Amino acid sequence: MNNDGLIASSVSVLVNGQRREVRTEQDTALLYVLRNHLGLKGTRFGCGTGLCGACMVLIGGRATHSCDTPLWAVLDKEITTVEGLGAADRPHPVTEALIEGQAAQCGYCMSGVTIAAVELLRRNDDPSDAEVRAALDGNLCRCGAHNRIVRAVLAAAAELRAGRGDAA
Amino acid sequence: MNPAKRAVALPPSVAANPRLGDWLRVLPSGVVEIRPGKVELGQGVLTALSQVAAEELDISVARVRTVPPATGVSPDEGYTAGSLSIQHSGGAIRLVCAEARGRYLAVAAATLGVPESKLTVADGQILAPDGRSTSYWELADDALLDRAAGGEWQPKASAAYRVVGTSVPRLDLPDKLTGRPRFAHDLSPEGLCYGRVVRPPSRGATLTGLDTTMALALPGVLTVVRDGGFLGVVAEREEVALRAADRLRADATWERRPTLPDSGDLPAFLRSAPAETIVLAERGTRPTGEQIATSVEATYHRPYLAHASMGPSSATALFRGREDGRLMVWSHTQGIYMLRAELARALGLAEDVVTVAHTEGPGCYGHNGADDVALDAALLAMAVPGRPVQVVWSRADELTWAPFGAAAVARVAADVDAAGKVLCWHHEIWGNGHSTRPGSTRSVALLANAHRAGGEEIEAAAEPPMARGGGAGRNSVPDYDFPAYRVVNHRLLDMPLRTSALRSLGAFLNVFAAESFMDELALAAGRDPVEYRLACLSDPRARAVVESAARRSGWDSWSAADSVGHGIGFARYKNTSAYCAVVAEVEAVSEIRVRRLTIAVDAGLVINPDGAANQVEGGAIQATSWALKEQVRFDRYRVTSDTWQAYPILRFSEVPAVDVELLPGNGNPALGVGETAQGPTVAAIANALNDALGVRVRALPFTEENIVAAMPE
Repeated sequence: MNNDGLIASSVSVLVNGQRREVRTEQDTALLYVLRNHLGLKGTRFGCGTGLCGACMVLIGGRATHSCDTPLWAVLDKEITTVEGLGAADRPHPVTEALIEGQAAQCGYCMSGVTIAAVELLRRNDDPSDAEVRAALDGNLCRCGAHNRIVRAVLAAAAELRAGRGDAA
Repeated sequence: MNPAKRAVALPPSVAANPRLGDWLRVLPSGVVEIRPGKVELGQGVLTALSQVAAEELDISVARVRTVPPATGVSPDEGYTAGSLSIQHSGGAIRLVCAEARGRYLAVAAATLGVPESKLTVADGQILAPDGRSTSYWELADDALLDRAAGGEWQPKASAAYRVVGTSVPRLDLPDKLTGRPRFAHDLSPEGLCYGRVVRPPSRGATLTGLDTTMALALPGVLTVVRDGGFLGVVAEREEVALRAADRLRADATWERRPTLPDSGDLPAFLRSAPAETIVLAERGTRPTGEQIATSVEATYHRPYLAHASMGPSSATALFRGREDGRLMVWSHTQGIYMLRAELARALGLAEDVVTVAHTEGPGCYGHNGADDVALDAALLAMAVPGRPVQVVWSRADELTWAPFGAAAVARVAADVDAAGKVLCWHHEIWGNGHSTRPGSTRSVALLANAHRAGGEEIEAAAEPPMARGGGAGRNSVPDYDFPAYRVVNHRLLDMPLRTSALRSLGAFLNVFAAESFMDELALAAGRDPVEYRLACLSDPRARAVVESAARRSGWDSWSAADSVGHGIGFARYKNTSAYCAVVAEVEAVSEIRVRRLTIAVDAGLVINPDGAANQVEGGAIQATSWALKEQVRFDRYRVTSDTWQAYPILRFSEVPAVDVELLPGNGNPALGVGETAQGPTVAAIANALNDALGVRVRALPFTEENIVAAMPE
């Protein structure tokens, strides 16, 4: 155990474009900082060991498990949670496609799934069905909404490509 | 349209909770609040029930607001279980809303001076033929519904439905897909602190030593609770609670003893352990003599299965203090009233000082840890009066301490004639029962209570009557027209691992066994498995799902290929609920891969087709995961499958394509769909696997180990 970790101190983190002050130990998992210190409950606890994907957030644009990422590792990074992906009146295209496709059952895994899908579409805006599945293989879903989710991500990709076409 | 006044039979939920005002309220703001006693488990039931209310009241779904159930204010509808919510709560909401509409129309008729029969309702506006109008909202008056339902207003005929039968989008999904707080884990009442429980390192371990000094010295730790072998900690911050729990775990000494059976030969244990034997069902007598061409039998096995929800169980509790005495608990339980009674019993409190409020949780597939964690939170909250305490189980505790779906053995035997026709069928089951829910056991059915000083072990699960669908015996009675059958259950009297209801209960094994055996009989007789089933299936609805799944999957045009096979499975869930047939296509090269599932379901009236299809598909994918991968692992002391690596589930790249067809309701009443696909899916996969490999695998899961073991020597 890092002994410094036992001492709470004030540090600032950059979350969803805002710099926020929190007071905790530096080895606290980012997940608890987000959920309890910052009130961003959309990021979920699933396993605490980076094996299920429910806690994924974007750190410097990369989908990362917040449950086993210590606070000290992200102090100079830009963090985006599911709440930061879109606005209430203008959800992110991935979120929009998921709602449109009713692509969930209980929804508990969905914040992490959404984050992983957003990261994929930033890398590759025209993925195949198999590429979407490969990108989401680290995200577990117990209710069996997988196929709906894959269809929604493909629909979001098409939407994003069309949007880019309009802009060009 | 003015519904005719003649008394209709009250649905059971209304008979038990007759006051109309307990079910719904009309608000002047243009909203109708409904209070179903059934809870959202991730299955979309709130949306379906809102549709039913909107339909009967002639309002848009957007005007319906569902009130989360809480004891004291919501009708007691028992457990949200058994695929019965649409039948029970749907039937109740339908009737009370029809009656509420009638009562409001009577007032409107008097106000407008127009006979009720001339009034029409459009989204809550009540219109007279001359153009004058009023509305539910103008007439909103709680006194109108402060009376018992009489069943004098006939609900709408299904032919008149406009909202029921349409795919209204789920009302809860926008919140859940944008990260808005909605789960039990997201509650953050003022003054919230965080609790964690340190479970014993193994079943039956005794706490012999504990040093709390280090844990208590951590900054922000409020208290350590020890009651016998129940051990927990409360802290101001969650990260501190986690650290303190780790500290306590390291500073506790336990005496361990072996209590678990040999997992290397679980079927042998199940078949030899002390059991109570009862005949569950019987028809006709076993024929004798030359009619019988041959008698065959086979034995099938399922391991213990974990619920393995993505979110571990959580609850928040607030104890107001000794003087006040009230205890508030927020829980994702399936039964708020039963949990309240069990908490009161465990804590020595009167029921009326305990309130259990439902908050939505992660996917619920049966009796998981939700009730247990409520007692954990209550025990910790009672140590810090005035402070709400939130407990979340660890992933390891969720996978090892929550109740499991019961391991079991099923032996199926048949006497057949020369053409392969079944003359007599025998189905025999060995295993633990499938319900240790609160309210169904003599001892307190909450985990922590068994660990407290003087606490009793949770007693072995009982067997619910077959009339209610049975537990271990679920779907053990043939759906086929066999002239004679006998079904026997051996319910184990000891329960080395706690078992309780997991989606479809015994149907998962029983349908796997019976439908595998049907395939074995068909192939032995040189007959096509679909044709063979249809030859002894006279129920037209059963025939229709089998025929439809076969047709859509291209059964007759199937061309055999190396290492690829197809197979069919069929069952009518609980013998009384939805009909389901599944055709699976399996590829067995380096590993077993289910490529496609073609599913046909007849659930009668479907309230929300997209929601129903989602449930059926989800059930089939979960059953595929159970079939291919899942088994709880343990040694003589403890459950060892405590991570997602040790208890793997199906991943995105492994999920089959799924095609769900909902057959027309044909005026038949609504039946639940949440569990209908579990049994037929595993059976279809087993039969497809045999078709692909020529190996009959009778032990789940279909891992390389079990497939190799099933190969002929």
